[in-house]
Parts: sequence; structure tokens; C-alpha cells
Amino acid sequence: MSSSGAAIDERIKQTSGLRKALIRPELGAIVGTIAVFAFFIIFAGDSGMFNAQGVLNWSTVSAQFVIIAVGACMLMIAGEFDLSVGSMIGFAGMSIAIFSVTLGWPVWMAILLTFAICIAIGAVNGVIVVRTGLPSFIVTLAFLFILRGFTIFFPQLIERRTIIGGISERAVGDWLAPVFGGKVGGPIFDWLASQGLIAVFERGTRAGEPIVNGIPMLIVWALGLMIVAHIVLTRTRFGNWVFAAGGDAQAARYVGVPVARVKILMFMFTAFCATVFATCQVMEFGSAGADRGLLKEFEAIIAVVIGGALLTGGYGSVIGAALGALIFGVVQQGLFFAGVESSLFRVFLGVILLFAVILNTYIRRIITGER
Amino acid sequence: MSSYDHAPIVEMRDIEKHFGPVIALNGVSFDIRPGECHCLLGDNGAGKSTFIKTMAGVHKPTRGEILFEGKHMDFSSPRDAMEAGIATVYQDLAMIPLMSVTRNFWMGREPIKRVGPFKFMDFKTANDVTMHEMRKMGINLRSPDQAVGTLSGGERQTVAIARAVYFGAKVLILDEPTSALGVRQTANVLSTIDKVRKTGIGIVFITHNVRHALAVGDRFTVLNRGKTLGTAQRGQITPEELQDLMAGGQEMVALEGSLGGTV
Repeated sequence: MSSSGAAIDERIKQTSGLRKALIRPELGAIVGTIAVFAFFIIFAGDSGMFNAQGVLNWSTVSAQFVIIAVGACMLMIAGEFDLSVGSMIGFAGMSIAIFSVTLGWPVWMAILLTFAICIAIGAVNGVIVVRTGLPSFIVTLAFLFILRGFTIFFPQLIERRTIIGGISERAVGDWLAPVFGGKVGGPIFDWLASQGLIAVFERGTRAGEPIVNGIPMLIVWALGLMIVAHIVLTRTRFGNWVFAAGGDAQAARYVGVPVARVKILMFMFTAFCATVFATCQVMEFGSAGADRGLLKEFEAIIAVVIGGALLTGGYGSVIGAALGALIFGVVQQGLFFAGVESSLFRVFLGVILLFAVILNTYIRRIITGER
Repeated sequence: MSSYDHAPIVEMRDIEKHFGPVIALNGVSFDIRPGECHCLLGDNGAGKSTFIKTMAGVHKPTRGEILFEGKHMDFSSPRDAMEAGIATVYQDLAMIPLMSVTRNFWMGREPIKRVGPFKFMDFKTANDVTMHEMRKMGINLRSPDQAVGTLSGGERQTVAIARAVYFGAKVLILDEPTSALGVRQTANVLSTIDKVRKTGIGIVFITHNVRHALAVGDRFTVLNRGKTLGTAQRGQITPEELQDLMAGGQEMVALEGSLGGTV
């Protein structure tokens, strides 16, 4: 019978601190981040990668990855995938361009309308997955093609081309555009430059201005999304439902967790993140192209997996996913700084993905006690 | 037995359930009183699952009546039944192994702490209550952050039972809680059932193991082919009689003979 006094089962080995740290989902990503930085400090430390401009360069690229990885991470923990993220990025960008440039509507209206449309498409993805019980892999694969097809079709039909420019001109004076395309902290950088802490332009029309004159809103969005998603996931009731929906949907339903609602909301959140990415990109480039966002869905998923999330759902960390995205950004830009052929980036992606999945599988066995 | 002085918490009268042309339940009557353990026995396919799902609000009965504390009840969802105080612990769907004990314990009913306009999950309360409730059931957790996956099958059942009890269950339906467990873990779960019963909760214990039923049961109802074959009090029935009732009598006697009475 139950022995209520027995506090410690003599057959359970005392778990070491290392093993305890190992079952944190972010561990692999933390180690990876340190390794990647160490590597580039050694091999590209004097190439300008770590001066203000270099840091801004790889942070911006990393921030792009972070934005879509946060969405993909929440969705994967809720037990689903979204393969239409890349196409959604292209679609959202094109939608902003068509509304604002072709139709001549105000940019803020184009942005808000695009968010509404894309989040609605995310909801459609979610509703189909929840209602039919089909794997999200298949449903969102269909949307990968559907959205990409429309992204090429509409501009060709209306403008006879697949790239629409002129958005920057339309965005001048718009109240919403700077939220995605602007920069913050200009005065701080001016001050840093006046103190001689960061470089300034030495000639040309901008002589005397700091080379780095602000933090792009893209980075602010990335940090903001990461922090909010992390808090929601780990500290709120809804976060608990996200874990539950992905861990075992049936068990969650039995105790009254609205699994369908949670999953649909996560599909909508993923679409939201893709649209933030697209809007920032369109505002930065001043144009929308039909081929934007190719393969982004896979890069997002890889970042999430490096961050320690399980492909099967129910386990993972937003901070881990963000670190996975940072590893991406740093390696992609670092190879450029180090003068390495950039195609090797893909080799790196493949290799690191494989290692991450193997590590995660091992960690899962530790947690669940499977043998 | 003192428990028979009480009126039943749940009374199921002549429940019938048809799935298209299939008659899964054909007039089953059953009741559960506070503080008793009423065992529902039956072989595979006898209709045990259908019956408890009807009680838990998953299925609506085709015919028959459900009385809850004397009043007619019409559960339209498991949520309704849960709110009334009927909690079900399903055999393998009770817990999510990757989540911590606390997260599992509070799943669907997370305690909330307000910070300004924001609502957060109150982990301090959640952890404290979880540890306390588990200790009451005789399980000392290393930490409330421990993943449920590190617990044994019996301990997982106990977490699920503790959860149902904590959230005010009046009737606890246990769906084959011991069928996948080893000897020692079974003993732990049976002793948990005993503890819970003493707090005045009515327990419906579904099993096809006569020994497990006799170890804790106060009354025994046998289902066979969608019908009740009667309800017996503790001490009025022998294990052999129960076994025979479950298997439908004659064939089992012949079978047991050939197996040397080991079943």
C-alpha cells in the first residue's frame, strides 16, 4: 500500500545539475549561440562584423528570422505547422503594394486591410485543420501554392509585372508606415557619434551624421513579439492551453480546454507575424515582389527546432526559437563577413537542423522517461 | 454500511443508448451514493464505456432518465457534467507527459493573478496547492515542475484523481484505472480510491478485474451485452459468481475448467 512517509525512492538516481539544465528547451540554442559568436569573433573579428554597422547588419537579418520564428514556435507548440508562411509574406507584400500603389489608397489603409486579409487566411487554415482533422502539413502546403499563385497572378493581371515599386513615395507622411519602416533611437546614436563611440560619415551629403542612425522598427517588432509571446506562453492561462493543445489535444479537451480555438488563434498569430515581416520588408525596400519570402516557412521551422521545440508539439520555447533565429542571422551574415562562399550557408542549415532534431529527441526521452 | 443512509448522488434509470441500428445499452439502471465505491464490471464490449460516457455527458441517452441529487438532469456536454460535479478520469488520456505536474493539475482551470490590466497564471498558488494535494494522496513530488512523464502510471492516475477531488467532484468515474498497471502500482491506486471514498465522494470504478473490484468495492454491478445483470452488495457475492456473471455464465464455467481455475 502507499507509504506516505517514503520521500525518496532509492531507485531514482539524484539528477545532476547538468541533466536538469539539459531538459530546458533553450539549452541547445544557448550553446549554439555562444559557439557561433565565438567562431565569428575568431574568424571575422576584424572584418567589421562587430562594429556598429556590422552589428546592425546581422541584427536586422536575425530580427527577420525572429519575427516568423516566434509565430512558427507558438503554432508548433500548439501541435501544428504552417508551411504557407513564405507565400503569405509574398502575398501580404503584394497586397500592400496593390492597394496603395495600384489602387492609390492611403498606405495605412492598405496595411490594415492586408493584416485583416492575412489573419483571416490564417484563420481559414486553422478552421480547415481543426474541422477536418487533416494534418496541418497538407492543408498549409495547399495554401503555400494557392497564395504564391495569387501573388504572381494579380500583379501580372493588373500591372503586367511581378514587382510593384513606388511604395516609399506613397508612404511619405503616412502615420502607420513608420511603425514598420521607421527607425527609433536616432538621438541616442547622434549622441554616441558625438562622443566618438560610433563612426560618422566623413564626406558626402550626410557628412557628420552617424553611419548607424537608429534601430529599425523591424528589430523592435522582433523583440516585442518575442517578449510578449514568451510571457503569454509561460506565464498565462492561455499559454498553458497552448502547451496542452499540442501535448495531447484529447486530454486537453476532456478537462475543458478549448483546443480548436487555441489552434485557430495560433494559425492567426502565425499569419500576423508573416504580415509584420512582409510589411517591414515592403517599407524597407519600397517595393513588393512576387518571389518574396521563398523558403521562409522552412527557415522559421528550422529556427524553432534549433530552439528546442518538438516537431510533435507540446514542448518548446519562444526564447529558444529567437536564439535559433539569431544563430541563423549571425551565420548567414557572418559567412559573408568572413569571405566564405554564401551557398555554404545552406549546408550549415542542413547540418545544424539534423543535430538539433537528434538532440531534441534525446531530451524528450529524458523528460518523458521513455526508453 | 453508513453510505446507504444517504440518497444517491446520481441515479441512472433504464438508460438506453442506440447508435444507429446498434443497441449499445438496453435499459441499464445504476446509482451512486456518497462515500461508496460502486464497481461497474463487464467484459470488453459489454457497454461499460458507453454507459460511463453517458453519465459524463459525452453521449445523450436515447431513452431513460438521469437524476443528479434527485433532480432531473440533461447534460449537453462533458463540461456540464463536470460543473455539476461528475469528474471522469480516463485511462490513458488523463495526463500530458511533457507538461509539469502543476500545469497538468490546473489544466483548464488555471488560477489567475491580476497585475494591472493583465492576467497571469498564479504559479505560486498553483505549485503550493499541487504539492499539498499530492502529499495528501501519498505522493511526494521532487518538484511541482517535474514533468508528468517522469511519474509512474499509478502516480499519473493519482494526479488525475487528486485533481478531480480538489476541484470538487461529488462523483468520480474511474475508467479502468488499474488495467495497465503493475501489482504495486495497482495497490497504490486502490488505496487512493479508498482515501477518496472516505471523504464522502462517490466512486464509480470500472474494471474487468474481479480481484481489483472486490478489494475496494461496496457494491458491484455487472454489465453484459448492454444490460445490467443485477447489483450485489459487498459480502453477498463470491469472486467466482462475479466472474461468471461478467462472462455470461455457462461458457466461462467450461473454459475455466479447461484452464484449471486460474482465470
